[in-house]
Amino acid sequence: MAYSEKVLEHFQHPKNVGTLDKSKTTVGTGLVGAPECGDVMRLQIEVDPSTQTIIDAKFKTFGCGSAIASSSLATEWLKGKTIEQALTIDNMDIVEELALPPVKIHCSVLAEDAIKGAIADYQSKIGIAVTAMAAAH
Amino acid sequence: MIKEPMRVYLDNNSTTPCDPRVVDTMVPYFYQKPGNSASRNHPFGWEAEEGVDYAREQIAALLKVDPKEIIFTSGATESDNLAIKGVFEMYRSKGNHIITVTTEHKAVLDTCDKLTEAGAEITYLKVAEDGLIDLAELEAAIKSTTILVSVMWANNETGVIQPMKEIGDICEKHGVLFMSDATQAVGKIPTYPKEIGVHLMAWTSHKMYGPKGVGALYVSRKSPRVKVTAQMDGGGHERGMRSGTLNVPGIVGFGKAAEIARLEMHADAERLSKLRDRLEHELTSRLEECYINGNVNHRMPHVTNISFKHVEGEGLMMTFNQNIAVSSGSACTSASLEPSYVLVALGLGDDLAHSSIRFSLGRFTTEEEVDFAVEKLVAGVNHMRDLSPIWEMYKEGVDLSNVQWSEH
Repeated sequence: MAYSEKVLEHFQHPKNVGTLDKSKTTVGTGLVGAPECGDVMRLQIEVDPSTQTIIDAKFKTFGCGSAIASSSLATEWLKGKTIEQALTIDNMDIVEELALPPVKIHCSVLAEDAIKGAIADYQSKIGIAVTAMAAAH
Repeated sequence: MIKEPMRVYLDNNSTTPCDPRVVDTMVPYFYQKPGNSASRNHPFGWEAEEGVDYAREQIAALLKVDPKEIIFTSGATESDNLAIKGVFEMYRSKGNHIITVTTEHKAVLDTCDKLTEAGAEITYLKVAEDGLIDLAELEAAIKSTTILVSVMWANNETGVIQPMKEIGDICEKHGVLFMSDATQAVGKIPTYPKEIGVHLMAWTSHKMYGPKGVGALYVSRKSPRVKVTAQMDGGGHERGMRSGTLNVPGIVGFGKAAEIARLEMHADAERLSKLRDRLEHELTSRLEECYINGNVNHRMPHVTNISFKHVEGEGLMMTFNQNIAVSSGSACTSASLEPSYVLVALGLGDDLAHSSIRFSLGRFTTEEEVDFAVEKLVAGVNHMRDLSPIWEMYKEGVDLSNVQWSEH
């Protein structure tokens, strides 16, 4: 199976690899997947509380090329978005952007879950009602 | 020095390159000698038949058997099907019980599974952590209705070699037929069915430097005289066990490959085991947390299967797959997301199975290529670990078994 150009680009030059300080109240962390399933994604956001805007996003992913590309793309999309805008990111947007084949759709689902998980973590830290839960799969 | 892009093929358990000497032998049989070996009334047929007969002798010499005991097929999958289904149908009146092993190839497992629809009872023996079966468990599983024991000679994923002689002795003692899928072993290590007590043996040409599309089934003719029911109806070729016009060029090439293997396999094995050990030593000494899968004392000389902890195999392969061809036990492309059932049968956690890479060297692998592969692997594993959240957690001392994972 050949990978799309965009998957290859994100895989070879992943954007925003790294770790944010999860003890900060302005940082939300989403950790999804399981080693037994062959995919673990950790996506973190740092939010400016005054504007509810995501000012930074980082990821680390254990998984195949498509999983790494999906998380790299997700962090790119998150930066500069408000929480409200970030919640509208749908896994199918990632599928389309990266031209993922059907067997790799779960990678995009994982990325969407990681986004929602990071936002939920941030919201619970600052004590506001969690807007969206990661979809159960 | 190596000029990039260099392509290094370390996936010889999937298929081997066809040896150029084999190709040279085959070429005349496509145009100059186009006959059908079953045509008895003209020289075209005769020379094709001569080519097939000679190949049968070359193959028989490799196995130390009678040429008449070799049945040509399209490959190992067909041979496995013919052996197992053919024995079941032929000996149905004697019993319906077949014993095999959880780490067999799908061509054996799915064939056995299919036979349950026809009333077969199948026992699947487990393997220990090193990939070997328990002989006492095998003997205990044999009962009055047992007609066949099917155990692969060497495993495709780990290279682990089963205690064939001991299994043969047990089968002999209980009067049960012994069949072996020897696809990964023939032409690479000695495989003499008569010395071992194997009555049926399946394998293919394209894993021993011959062409694809041709394989064989060894069927013992004497003590015991074994017969299998044909699985295809037609012209009654191959002593009635496998109809269909013979693949003459393929068979001629298969024969040449067998002759080369007979003369060179010992030297190849010695050279390759040194290269394999070098590969293994370099990787395990330069990278932390790598584990060799399967028994290291009972395995094929050219194979190693290594798990690189906290790195996913398919992702790892993507870091070097323009240059290095290997296989992974991770099956991220399959809908089930199930990792290799062979490695799971060895008791590896799914996480380590997802992190495994199989390296299979071959006759044309050089030391320079192995060293190149080591560099690519070390760089790839380090890159993937820099990206891996679980490697980071492991390094921070987090006990990963206590983490609440969200399985999906």
